[in-house]
Formats: sequence, C-alpha cells, structure tokens
Amino acid sequence: MSPTRPGSLRGLTTTAPGEPFIAFKDVRLGFGENEVLQGISFEVWPGETKVLLGESGSGKTLIMKLAAGLLRPDSGAVWVMGENVSEMAEDELLDFRRQVGFVFQEGALFDSLTVADNVAFRLREENVPEDEIEQRVREALRFVEMEPAIEKYPDELSGGMRRRVSIARALVDKPPLVFYDSPTAGLDPVTSQTIITLILRGRDLQGVTSLLATHRVQDAFGLAHFRFDAASARVVRADGNGAAAPGQNDSHPGIPPTNVLVLRDGAVYFEDAADKILHSTDDYLKKFLASAE
Amino acid sequence: MPEASEAPSILSILSGIAKREILALQDYSLLSLQAVLNVFMPPAYWSDTLEQMDLIGVGSLPIILAASLSIGGVLVLNTASQFQRFGMTDLTGDAVSLALVRELGPTITALLVAGRNASGMASELGSMVVTEQVDAMRALGTDPIRKLVTPRVIATIFIMPLLVAVFDFVGLVGGFIASYFTLRLGAVQFWTRAIDALEFGDLMQGFTKPIVFGFIVATVGCFQGLRVRGGTQGVGRATTSAVVISSVLVLVSDVFLAKLLIYMFQK
Repeated sequence: MSPTRPGSLRGLTTTAPGEPFIAFKDVRLGFGENEVLQGISFEVWPGETKVLLGESGSGKTLIMKLAAGLLRPDSGAVWVMGENVSEMAEDELLDFRRQVGFVFQEGALFDSLTVADNVAFRLREENVPEDEIEQRVREALRFVEMEPAIEKYPDELSGGMRRRVSIARALVDKPPLVFYDSPTAGLDPVTSQTIITLILRGRDLQGVTSLLATHRVQDAFGLAHFRFDAASARVVRADGNGAAAPGQNDSHPGIPPTNVLVLRDGAVYFEDAADKILHSTDDYLKKFLASAE
Repeated sequence: MPEASEAPSILSILSGIAKREILALQDYSLLSLQAVLNVFMPPAYWSDTLEQMDLIGVGSLPIILAASLSIGGVLVLNTASQFQRFGMTDLTGDAVSLALVRELGPTITALLVAGRNASGMASELGSMVVTEQVDAMRALGTDPIRKLVTPRVIATIFIMPLLVAVFDFVGLVGGFIASYFTLRLGAVQFWTRAIDALEFGDLMQGFTKPIVFGFIVATVGCFQGLRVRGGTQGVGRATTSAVVISSVLVLVSDVFLAKLLIYMFQK
C-alpha cells in the first residue's frame, strides 16, 4: 500500500542532489515492553512537505523527536541532511539542531522570556550583534503577524498566538528544514487555517522542507491544495498536490508535492499524495475523512 | 489452558529497585560532573549565573536573618542557666561563636537554602521539562545542563559561604541580645570572647562546609527537576524529593566533613 520512493542511503554524508533530506530506515523505538515504533521507513525530499497523519499515541511526536535527534532509536537509522543523527554525540547534535527549526505541540515558549527574547534565543546563542537581532526578530514576527506582541510574555498570548511565535522562533534563522509537531492541535478552525497559511508561506517563500505531524486530515489537504503566491501575497489554489506549477513560484520553482504518511499501531500504514486518501476505500483512512466532516 | 502469570519474587522486586537507584545515582553523578566541567569550557552563561546569585543570595536573606537571629538567641537562652550554675557566664560568647561558626551556621543555612532553592530549582526545571521547554532548548541547539544547571551550581557554591557569614554574624547579634537581657553581659565582654574563641581551623571548617553543601543543594535540586516524569504531579514529587534528599545529604555529609576538617585543621 505504501508507494515509498526508492532511495539508497549508502555513503550518505551530505545532502547531495538526488538524495533525501530525511531518511528513516527501519526505525524501532520502545519504552519498556511497549514497542511504539515498529520499523518505520520513509524519506522526505528537498522542498517536500511530508505530513505525518495519525491518531494520538501513534508515534508522530516520537518520529519528529527522532528526526531532530532529541531521542535515539533502539534500532535502525535516522539520516537528516546527510548526517546519521541516531549515532551523533550530544554536542554534535547541538550543532546539528542549529540547522533545523522545531515547532512544538504547545509552542514550548520559554515562559520567563518575552516574545522578542524567545524569538531571539537562538540568535543570542550564536552571538549575533544586538542591532541585527532586533531587526531579524521583528522580521520573523512580522512574518507570522505577531510584531505588536513583541514585548508580551507567553502567558499573555492565546494558544494560536503562541504557536505563531513558536513558528517565528523556528524560522528566525531561516533553517532549510522545519519540524512542526501538531501545530494546529487544540486550535479553532480559523486559527488552524492561519497556522497552515504560515507553513505554506514558509514552504513557498523560503523553500523550507518540512515534516509536519498532525491528527487532522484537513491540514494535509490545506498544504496539498494551496500554495502561497508571493506576487499577490495570498494563498491560492495549487495545481497538483501542493506543488507550485513551473513559473508560478520564481523563488523556489518545482517544489515537490506534499505527501501524507499515515501511521497506525507504530507502523507506516499508507504513504502517498493527500488526494489518494480522498479516493481511498480503506476503512481506516475513511475514518480520518469522517473526522474532517 | 492459559498459563497462570507468576507473581514477581521479592528478590526480583528488590533487584529492580536497586537497579533503578543505581541508575539514578549514575545519572546524578554524570549531571554533576558535566555541570562542573562546563565551567572550564565555553560558552559560559555569566548573566544567568549572576541572576541566580541574586535569586539565591538576596532572595534567601530574609529567612537567613530571621533564623540566625532566633537561633543565636535561643542558644544563649538554653545555655544561660548552665553557665550561671557554674559562674561561667563570660564563656557565653565562646559557646555561641563556636557553635554557630563550626556547625549551626553552615548546616542550618544549607537546610534553609535547600528548603527554599532546591525546591525552587526542582519545580522550575521540572515545569520546563513537562512543558517541553527543555526539549525546545535542545532543539534550538543549546545544552540545558550548561544553560540551566551550571549557573545554578556555580551561583549556589559562591553564595552559600556569604550567606553563612551573614548567618554567623546575625546569630552572634542574636546571642548578644539574649546575653545582654538574661545574663547582663556587656558588649565588649561578649564580642571579645566570641571573636577570640575562634581559631583558623574553626573558620576553615565553617566556610568549607557551605561550598560542599551548596554543591549538594544545587545539583540535587537540578537533577530532581530534570528527571521529572508525570506532569504537574511529577513536579510536586520532584520538589519534595529535592528538599528531602538534599537536606538528608547535607546532614550526612556534615558528619564526614566535620571529621575530615577537624583532622585537617585541628590536629
């Protein structure tokens, strides 16, 4: 059922053309007797948005954390941007993680810091000059339309605002790869759509490759059916599964399609274009469609 | 016919507990070692360290002042009748001074700091763990031990001797006030005896202990915070454990430290 792309991991030390940005190879992870991930294999290609769709407890967050090197697999290999993160030492992982962005489920903003300091956190760690930090923080917050809240603390923000600040924090250093862990969980439909629009903007304006975990099939369709048009600064319907048609996105032409990977009981149940779910006769996939109605 | 599941033996339960505790001890040792080694390798978070010094030092001052004044006074009240019986009331300064500087100052200050700051560290770091802020820090490429633990350990180690100095002095003031009103001792008599009674070894004992106690309080507080599991209930458990374990460790280590320091400085 899973039309996984063929791809070799042999000798992968850099992300060369034709090689995946992320590659999970037979990854297993368990806690005590309970094996949560049972041989996960998939790939994410440069510019692609891969949506991990699954019910609560299906292991979506674990996959995100494994990809970011926040957890280590019991067996198997996790390759990200040419590095085997499952075998890297913690200090190497710290350097590696500076190249990627991570949006946590609840935002995970530092509650003792203001919005500005949260977004500036990574820049300060990198000893970027203060005047440049100010400029880049404002730019990132403008991107997520949160500049007016720059001096506020996280507990003064709504759930959706916190997610937007978290996206600004993840994107402030313009990483080539961003992990979104259930960015719309617990949000109302309008705010969820705002978050999806921000992810579209990151994908279509900055060329960000991303792995997005969600239990909402609407998020997958939102990413697959729409794109952010830089010229009109609006979300427009995309031709063909979230890919910008040639010439429609001058900054990042030919963005690969948005694909969905459905997890069930710790294994990959389905992997294909989002539209294939729409036409599927599989009872389990239909459950996701039913929940979206 | 399905097999009846065997109940775990007492031996296997005990061995499981022992393994868990040994693993925790190993994790604690590694965390403590890493926190110390970080001091010698960049980057250093000096502003965080200063902020922690302020929180631990200035923040603990009110309870240190109240406790030391009371303990100095009560020491005199309890010993006054004995000194009067033998007509040795002029030794009050010696007794208060030696008791405070060698033992009560470092120990009670450590217990107060454990109650206030080990619990604070455990609950703060524990809350950061359950709200994924620690993971977010790691995801942003920052080492949480370097950013969160090392500044707290350094700050507590530096601040503890200063708090003990304040405790000792205010304790002596409390002792003097009680002596003045109960034994009618003059200021010159009390303070001369109190200062003359102290030798180099007493001061070494009194100011070496807080360094060790500070290390224990901070590392235990941080360790309990970073190993929180089970949401807000886990934070509560970690807070309690941080205070209990650090207090017990302070008292137990005090025995060995006292013996060692007496051996080293008061031959």
